Amino acid sequence: MKQIHIKYFASVREALDCEAEDFSTDAATLADLRHALRAQSARYFEALDPAKAVRVALAQSLVHDETIALPDGAEVAFFPPVTGG
Amino acid sequence: MTNSRVFIFVQKEDFSLQDEFEQIKAMQAQAQLEGAPHADTKGQIKGQDKPMPIGSECGAVVSFTGLVRGQGIRSLELEHYPAMTERCLTDIAATAQARFGLLAIRIVHRVGLLLPGENIVCVVAAAPHRQAAFDGANFAMDYLKTQAPFWKKETRLDGSAHWVSARDCDEQAQQRWQTGAAA
Repeated sequence: MKQIHIKYFASVREALDCEAEDFSTDAATLADLRHALRAQSARYFEALDPAKAVRVALAQSLVHDETIALPDGAEVAFFPPVTGG
Repeated sequence: MTNSRVFIFVQKEDFSLQDEFEQIKAMQAQAQLEGAPHADTKGQIKGQDKPMPIGSECGAVVSFTGLVRGQGIRSLELEHYPAMTERCLTDIAATAQARFGLLAIRIVHRVGLLLPGENIVCVVAAAPHRQAAFDGANFAMDYLKTQAPFWKKETRLDGSAHWVSARDCDEQAQQRWQTGAAA
């Protein structure tokens, strides 16, 4: 099992009522991780829906291709499209 | 390797555009005082910790300031992803510096609770000539708007709070730099 540290921001954080959590998983890729998280409950299923433009970062870098490998001990973040500036 | 022409600040406190401009001018003045040799525009100096002097070839300084628009809102909360924000802004600024040959680029972005009319962000870009300075500042803002991990939540006059939505026009503006179609 891999140990992943996950952070949630903005409306995703509010939808899950969670700003961060540690998650154990066998997920091979980021896409698998998102799938595993969404499988936990209806709340996760809705909140992490990629069709709702929920973005993901791995090791503090935005990721566009979620088929990349998920390293053990990684920090992953889920958040809506950014609105800075 | 750190780019000594790039200066990034993410902070709660307000900034002064005049102070940011003075910092750029100080780099120029220091160079003239020390009689520094003609500075190159690559920005990669091995083992250099202090700011790279601009030198006398700086002919243009362009700045952009973003403000909190006050229409119908009481306040704006800026949330951010601390570990990612400075790194992302540094990457964006370093890319602008290299692409446009900027002599220096400074970005300050505030976080926390802001009121209508307050400063949110500024980008100051220095270059030998104005086209690069304008383009560098514009590029940095277009990328910041679409990539930097900040999120705005408005509290409206009736007390209700809403997350601001990302705008398609910002995405299109950023993509124009990739196709070379930017004005």
